[in-house]
Amino acid sequence: MMTVGLFIPCYMDQLYPNAAIATLELLEGLSLDVVYPLHQTCCGQPLANSGFSHLTQGCNALFIENFSRFDYVVCPSGSCALHIKEHLSSLNQQEDATALASRVYELVEFLTDVIKIQALDASFPHKVSLHHSCHSLRGLYLAQMSELSSPTFSKPNDLLNMVDGLELVKLERSDECCGFGGTFCVFEEAVSAKMGKDRVDDHVVSGSEYITSSDMSCLMHMEGILKRNHSATKVIHIAEILNSKSAPNIEPKG
Amino acid sequence: MDHASLASTFNKDEPRVDWHDESLWWVRQKRDLQARSVADWEVLREVASAIKNNVLANLGTYLQAFESHAIKRGIVVHWAADAGEHNAIIHRILEENRITAMVKSKSMLTEECGLNAYLADRGIHVVDSDLGERILQLADERPSHIVMPAIHKKKEEIGELFHEFLGTPKGESDPQRLTEAARLHLREVFLTRKAALTGVNFAIAETGEFVVCTNEGNADMGAHLSDVHIASMGIEKLIPQREHLGVFLRLLARSGTGQPITTYSSHFSGPRQGQQMHIVIVDNGRSTQLGRADFKASLKCIRCGACMNTCPVYRRSGGYSYRTTVAGPIGSILAPNLDMRDYADLPFASTLCGSCTNVCPVKIDIHEQLYKWRQVLAKEGHVAHSKSLLMKGAAAVLSRPSWYQVSGKLLRWFLRHFPKIASKFTKWSDHRELPEAPKQTFAGWYKQNRVERNG
Repeated sequence: MMTVGLFIPCYMDQLYPNAAIATLELLEGLSLDVVYPLHQTCCGQPLANSGFSHLTQGCNALFIENFSRFDYVVCPSGSCALHIKEHLSSLNQQEDATALASRVYELVEFLTDVIKIQALDASFPHKVSLHHSCHSLRGLYLAQMSELSSPTFSKPNDLLNMVDGLELVKLERSDECCGFGGTFCVFEEAVSAKMGKDRVDDHVVSGSEYITSSDMSCLMHMEGILKRNHSATKVIHIAEILNSKSAPNIEPKG
Repeated sequence: MDHASLASTFNKDEPRVDWHDESLWWVRQKRDLQARSVADWEVLREVASAIKNNVLANLGTYLQAFESHAIKRGIVVHWAADAGEHNAIIHRILEENRITAMVKSKSMLTEECGLNAYLADRGIHVVDSDLGERILQLADERPSHIVMPAIHKKKEEIGELFHEFLGTPKGESDPQRLTEAARLHLREVFLTRKAALTGVNFAIAETGEFVVCTNEGNADMGAHLSDVHIASMGIEKLIPQREHLGVFLRLLARSGTGQPITTYSSHFSGPRQGQQMHIVIVDNGRSTQLGRADFKASLKCIRCGACMNTCPVYRRSGGYSYRTTVAGPIGSILAPNLDMRDYADLPFASTLCGSCTNVCPVKIDIHEQLYKWRQVLAKEGHVAHSKSLLMKGAAAVLSRPSWYQVSGKLLRWFLRHFPKIASKFTKWSDHRELPEAPKQTFAGWYKQNRVERNG
């Protein structure tokens, strides 16, 4: 049986445990040997994207120590998965780091590309709109990008279409950035908030009840705006939808 | 003021931000339609990228070839190491010909060099003939976008300017009528100016010719009626052969404005009888950029503006927030090359969403260069001390699982018990609620439900 190391981003561990639990249960349901190494922290992306990649050795060393033993590493965040894939480095074991980085998968692509999942026992009778996180889309190529002239495909849509009762609604701007951007969200607060507001409006106008995404960080940002405006639209991580077992009217927490 | 502050000011007028965003998004959508109308669009981009890589790898050779062919055609070639030399050369040419008034079509390079102000100080009056640039000249402003310089101005505001300077009726804001007024005004300028300056979109190494693209025909009007035609170009404007125009002319307008091609693609191959034709080839920091392995690809840029039109940050912060002639994503990777300290904020004025890289017709890895500039700027000490300390603290915590767990616990406890105080501590809360902090982390849940249960 293949062993899967579960990498949960730091902010999900601290603030969105339900999305992490859903990820774990979803993977366990596929008869995989899933292990969550307890000494994990963060991928180091907040430091690197702020220009301090030279301070990420500690995060890198921890990641290598925690995950080297697994066949695959799965992470329910496209952004963190992409960061590891592109930037995992090691002063004295770079070959191992590179090999490990190539075994890291974002949850959706793990399900569609490695497991090649064909059906899901899930039900979510709601109107749902998909937010593409830029790193999942333009970094990991989870779907066709609006800028490119290339055939249409969407790995997250393929999965959401396997869910009973779920109705996917269309957006005016299919893949514009929500403006979270890591530390951008506070250092460029005005533009970040405006981008988020515009993105959220597009989802709300589409009639969506739930905004879903393979990145909880975008959802955290959009949730903050929805709540400030007392909107009825909610956010939900894609793992929570894919793991919702025929339970109507579930009230997931964030 | 840095980008964040200027963008914050811009965002005080939300309807205007929406208008600016939608104007540019409309151009982005036109671009998408045009891109999809060309079979093998992505191949075309790849070819353009390869041609430009070849140019940059052999820049010296191509520049010398261009110079020798241009000279054979009767064109006078000048070399300018920086903006100062560029301006002085042009001043000297005008002085030698006793010319005190010049008409100029759109040239971002002359904006970069501050030519208009330089010449004005020396008694030479320059009229910009590109409609957008003329509007800004009347308003005493600088372009906010390299292709649509006055994109930030509403037609009513232009009507006011034209009423004041060109005598159109008060309250007139019909674009057709305003354009007609500008046209009559510029016609008089074209007929009376003895010198005309144009930019250069493409300079062909094998022939010594150059091509200028406009939508208004204003470069032609100025150049053809002038006794002295001066063309300013950056050293990166070269393409090896004439046949390569077929690649770039198909990409340029489709990417920039969503047109199949610019209305005018004017080929200049030498002065007509009795005319002087000069080309000023400018470095102004470009060779320094060429020497930076991580950033030299930025010199592939053909100035189409597509990255600005697609950039969700540019659309919501406006061109002026970048404080450079070339704004937006490409400007943010070009500017730090000229002055790292002054423009240290620009590579951070991005979410690294990557849309710029996808629309770039010459496939510049713009968002990856933004990331790389951040690393350079932090190492060179151009990031605020407070941010630097914050990052060092974060690195210490995130490198130690026990510190991380304790910090997380404290943070959640604080968020749960004092959400209002927590809100006051962070700019996050200006427009957003903070997330609700759960009692238990995922790690805590996992220990309870998996580790302990399984023994």
